[in-house]
This record gives sequence, C-alpha cells and structure tokens, in this order.
Amino acid sequence: MNAVEVTLIDYGAGNLSSVERALRLLGAETRRADAPAVLASSRAIVLPGVGHFGALMRTLEERNLLAPLREAIRGGVPFLGICLGLQALYDSSEEDLSHSGLGILPGSVQPLPKTAKLPHMGWNQLRRLRPGILLRDVSENAYFYFAHSYAAIGADSAAVAVCDHGVPFVAALEQKSVFAVQFHPEKSGAAGAKVLANFVEFARRESLAGDPVK
Amino acid sequence: MTLARRIIPCLDTDGARVVKGVQFIGLRDAGEPAELAARYNREGADELVVLDIAASRDRRPTFLETIRRVAEQLTIPLTAGGGVGTVVDGRAILRAGADKLAVNTAAVRRPELIEELSREFGAQAVVLAIDARRVGGPQANRWEVIVRGGRETTGRDTVTWAQEGVERGAGEILLTSMDRDGTRSGFDCALTAAVSGVVSVPVIASGGADKPEDFLAVFAEGRADAALAASIFHDNVHRMAELKQFLALRGVPIRLSS
Repeated sequence: MNAVEVTLIDYGAGNLSSVERALRLLGAETRRADAPAVLASSRAIVLPGVGHFGALMRTLEERNLLAPLREAIRGGVPFLGICLGLQALYDSSEEDLSHSGLGILPGSVQPLPKTAKLPHMGWNQLRRLRPGILLRDVSENAYFYFAHSYAAIGADSAAVAVCDHGVPFVAALEQKSVFAVQFHPEKSGAAGAKVLANFVEFARRESLAGDPVK
Repeated sequence: MTLARRIIPCLDTDGARVVKGVQFIGLRDAGEPAELAARYNREGADELVVLDIAASRDRRPTFLETIRRVAEQLTIPLTAGGGVGTVVDGRAILRAGADKLAVNTAAVRRPELIEELSREFGAQAVVLAIDARRVGGPQANRWEVIVRGGRETTGRDTVTWAQEGVERGAGEILLTSMDRDGTRSGFDCALTAAVSGVVSVPVIASGGADKPEDFLAVFAEGRADAALAASIFHDNVHRMAELKQFLALRGVPIRLSS
C-alpha cells in the first residue's frame, strides 16, 4: 500500500503537531507547508485550525498561501479542514468581517447562541444527514471533541452530519474532494482517528487514480 | 445528542514527577507523568490536566519537556498550567503540546493577563483555575480565593472572581475546593453550583473526589460540566470505565467508548 503524503498548512496553529502525530500513527507521511511552492505539488492538504478566524486568514495571506490553497482545493486536491479550517471554507465569518474566507462554500459563519454555555467545549455526538466518506465505519453513537464558539449554523447542502449546541450546526461536511469537520479528530480518541484514516484513504485512492503509471 | 459530562484526571507535578499531598502539603511521589497519561488515555479519560505545582522559573524547561512527553501519549485534550504569567509563557506551553492553558495566581495579581491570553490564543484555550476556601462558617456559602498553592489569601470572593475572569475572556473555570482537596470527603457541590449558576462557560469541579456517588452529586447538585480528580485515579481506587458506567446508568450523559 503506497503511503500518501499529506501536506499540513502551517500558519502557527496550536494543534498542528497533534494532527501531524495522529496522521503519522495512521501510516501517512506528512510535510508542513509554510510557503506556496509546497502547496502546488500536494496530493492531500489538511488545514488544522485553532483560534481566531481573522488571524488565520491574515496569516494565510501574509505567507502567500491563500491563493494557492484556494486554487488547489478548486482543482480537486483532497482537502480536510479541521475546526477553524472548516469555518475558513465559507465566504466569511462574523468573528471577523474584515477578512474574507476561502469562499469554497457559500454563506457566513456565525456565533453560537448565548442560550448554551460557550465555548461549546467537550465531547458531543453527531446526527447523520447522509452517508459519506469521513464517518464511514464510525459508530452512530460516537463522541467527538469540540472547542469553538462560532459555527456554520444550520445545515447546508455539503453537510453530512450536524451537532447541536443551542442550535444545529455543521459538524462534518463533504463536497467532492472537499472535507471538513468542526470537531477535533486529533483529540477524539479512536473515533477521531477513524475519521482521519477515512480521509487519508480517500486521498490515497485519488492519488492512485490520478496517476496513470500506477 | 447532549454534551457529555467530562471525567478529567489531574497530574500534579513538581515539574518532572507526579506528586500528591493533602491540601497541597506533605507531597509524595506518585509516578511518571507520561506513563500515567498513557494509562488514562487508554482507560477512557475525557481530558487530562497537568500542573506544575512548584512553578519555579528554573524548573520551567523540565516542565515543558514533561508536557511534550505527556502530549505524545494522548488522543484527548490536554490542559497545562503552573506559573503562566505572560503570553510568552503561554505560547511555550501550547507549543509543547497543550491545548489549553490554566492560569491561577498570576491572573489574580494581574487580571489583564486573562485578556492577553484570550486575545492571543482564543477563549477556548484559557482556563481560569481558582482555588477557593470557605469563609464565614459552613452555612455562609461564601468562598475566598486563595493563591500560591494555598499559601496566601486574597480577600477576593470566588463567585465574583469567576464572573470577572469570564468577562475578561476565560473559556473555562477549573474550580478547586481547598477545604476538600485531598480529603476524599466529596466535592463541594454548593461551591460548584454557586459558580456554575452565574458563569456562561463550562465549570470543572475539583477537590474531594472519593466515591462514584460524589461525581453523580457534583454533576446533579453542583451543575458541573466536568469533574477532576487525582489520587483516586493514581491509586486505582476507581477504574475510569467503571466510574463512567456507574454515571451512565444513572442518566448522566457520558462518553463510554474510547
């Protein structure tokens, strides 16, 4: 089985090394991208994210990663966004309207309602909307670790699962080769590892299919 | 679909080794942090807290190395704290592999620290740890904030300080009853409920855990979002899986599978 090399976008996010370690445990090779050239040759991209929407978008821009990342995603390179990495896929976020998102998905990320305790922090379950790749062979009752105050509220057409914290919000989404989760798979025990494994397996197959020599 | 109540083992360290004592006094060695971390991760802990209770400047590199070694063992979130006084301290701890920072004494001395950390790393990464001691007798339901690991009183009211901490940007409160800490006489549910009822962020109850019933009480009466304990887990008084099973059977939303 050929290992697929996963490119991790390095913009200073706190969870980069946990995601890296989780992917390596699954047998994937990883490299960090903090310069645009690395993105151009990627076979799979993961955008881990923790913190502030504006800070993420600004850093991507400063490191000249924003345009190449958008281009790679639009070009069909398998992409997985984690937490803030999911939110970055949308047009914008109310957390910071002075920066645009990647604009792969329409709409704006919104704050969770103050009727529930915020941040939404801890282990929660998902409600599946349709079968997909990320949650394949993951128990319906599985818990995942969340830590966020903003979310893609409602369920857009890309959503495969929602979670509930005051309101339903997108917990996992898939659209062709674009994947994203609001929870932290790298902090979600065995269930989280399975989600990462499903993404890596998708990327591996895509990589083989796209390469006529193999 | 409910947010699960969390069970959180805590590793109090002297920077390098896990230590334990009653009400922060009479410390004795209780094991190797990375080994305990691996065990709790395997047994189904929902999160891990590692504290440097000595928090001396010269031991700082040792503690960062401890965090790195602990983080390597985990597939669950890690909170680390002890001596965090600046954004630079905080960044070093997060870079070492922690997901959240616990701040205590330094935040009481200079409350703006909470804002600085929250602005830099996000509220979800800032845990305000409060050590509280009951004042005015058992019926008064007033608790004073204690700092420097129990050595110094501050005159601050715990409930007021928790509210201020949240307003300044703390994303979670780690609330330790100094009256119960290490005594195995149950959590202080009145203290936990007093804080949980007025803050908008999750509250982790700590201090006094002994029986599974204590956990049930602190989730029900104390309205805790999470419960933390150290010695009962280190000494194998309760297995994590059995404790969680006990709570789940009594209707507490709990994550059972790893």
